[in-house]
Amino acid sequence: MTEPFLIGDAMTGGYGRGADILHDCTIAVNPGEIAVIVGPNGAGKSTAMKAVFGMLNIHKGSVRLDGEEITHLSPQDRVAKGMAFVPQTSNIFTSLTVEENLEMGAFLRRDDIRVTMEQIYDLFPILRDKRKQAAGELSGGQRQQVAVGRALMTQPKVLMLDEPTAGVSPIVMDELFDRIIEVARKGISILMVEQNARQALQIADRGYVLVQGANRFTDTGAALLADPDVRKSFLGG
Amino acid sequence: MIDLLNALVVLSNYVLIPALAYGSQLALGALGVTLIYGILRFSNFAHGDTMAFGAMVTILVTWLFQGWGISLGPLPTALLAIPFGIAATAVLLLTTDRLVYRFYRQQKAAPVILVIVSMGVMFVMNGLVRFIIGPNDQRFSDGERFIISAREFKKLTGLSEGLAFKTTQGITIVTAVIVVAILFWFLNRTRTGKSMRAFSDNEDLALLSGINPDRVVMVTWLIVAGLAATAGALYGLDKSFKPFIYLQLLLPIFAAAVVGGLGNPLGAIAGGFVIAFSEVLITYPLKKVLGYLLPDRFEPNTLVQLLSTDYKFAVSFTILIIVLLFRPTGLFKGKSV
Repeated sequence: MTEPFLIGDAMTGGYGRGADILHDCTIAVNPGEIAVIVGPNGAGKSTAMKAVFGMLNIHKGSVRLDGEEITHLSPQDRVAKGMAFVPQTSNIFTSLTVEENLEMGAFLRRDDIRVTMEQIYDLFPILRDKRKQAAGELSGGQRQQVAVGRALMTQPKVLMLDEPTAGVSPIVMDELFDRIIEVARKGISILMVEQNARQALQIADRGYVLVQGANRFTDTGAALLADPDVRKSFLGG
Repeated sequence: MIDLLNALVVLSNYVLIPALAYGSQLALGALGVTLIYGILRFSNFAHGDTMAFGAMVTILVTWLFQGWGISLGPLPTALLAIPFGIAATAVLLLTTDRLVYRFYRQQKAAPVILVIVSMGVMFVMNGLVRFIIGPNDQRFSDGERFIISAREFKKLTGLSEGLAFKTTQGITIVTAVIVVAILFWFLNRTRTGKSMRAFSDNEDLALLSGINPDRVVMVTWLIVAGLAATAGALYGLDKSFKPFIYLQLLLPIFAAAVVGGLGNPLGAIAGGFVIAFSEVLITYPLKKVLGYLLPDRFEPNTLVQLLSTDYKFAVSFTILIIVLLFRPTGLFKGKSV
């Protein structure tokens, strides 16, 4: 088996000096793929993703990006390596305009960012109309678009989303998922934590079901949806 | 009609123009406080003495220039010296940050600890200023004293009341407008300025976007040095320079920043003028103005001074309390204290 593009391999660790939250947990994603982490509350879904992004201490296991060991890099350094992270909350600059939010996303870039910005406006046309408006004045779904747009401004190879559909309506959720598929088609790896397991697994190339910080089921999204055990325990029958 | 004009002139002479100049000085001071609050996330009690330090260096350089015979003609020589005051203040603030604040930042100290730390810095700076220039009054203004004097105004208009417009007041207002315009251009149009606003808005996300926190902090201190030294020098030029006055200025400056909404630059400016106008209007005896406006029968036989000037700080304090009670985030939406 070839090594995946990004892999958090057998990660064990927790926040600071606290107890371990993850136990031998493995998460991986390939270019153009969507990997989804699902599981019950408190299963360590977000924690697993934050571990991949370097926001907690892993004392066993490793994280590798394109074959390169990045276990001990800070989140900021991982951004420079081509990873982008959209936190679940406070993921936009509310007092800045939409356009300034995108500019700040591209802060590390020294080249012309206008092409990327146009691409993001093409992906989320509503943001083009609201580009001079303060991001804090937008609706929940539009804010999530700004958040994803800001992360995409670095032209990342991996986009990590922590519950992108939390608190938005079902229609907006479908719309967001469509956009995420579109981003993946451009060859970007997507790693996503989702509360809406059924919908998320429908678009997932890989699904990870975590329970108590460990992998319980790992398969393609479709296979997990068809698995009677998974359906019974996690998807409500 | 003439009575109305006379009333207006008296009011302008004793209230509007002085309050406009004082408000500009407070606004510049409050902008510094509000920037530090927004980006470094603490209330900097050393700000008044930072202003005193900037003013002191400006005075020393002014004296040097006056000794060399350099002057600006009708304008005060101090204008030439302000850039040196700013540079020295920048060095002082960056050194303080390096020696003191950086340590507490790395410890991720709570804001209240940083406030106490800034009080310590305040005492040190205050001592430094008094050690170098002494605790006494210093005068350093030269050049033309008035843009228009009361006598000239009377002759010009034929009104019985005079209007004096001091050069220092004019310079204060013009400088404040220029400084504020540059500051807002910087914050809203430049990459570094926007990154400062982003850092103030959401520190974690700013870090995720690759904004360098050390650089933001450094640029903030540089801007604060510019604002503090300018405000301090203008205040000293307009009134007079006395180290302890700057310690007392801290209250109206903080009141201005809080009234406008801490962390909000626009609010700091509005707050500065609200405090200045309230303070001047409430402590000014309105007898003369009312004498012109009201019919003779109603002419007040007291001074109609709502509060003695000795109590002028009570005005800032009262406004501060009212705002904190009813609108803790200030007139413009800032962070709550």
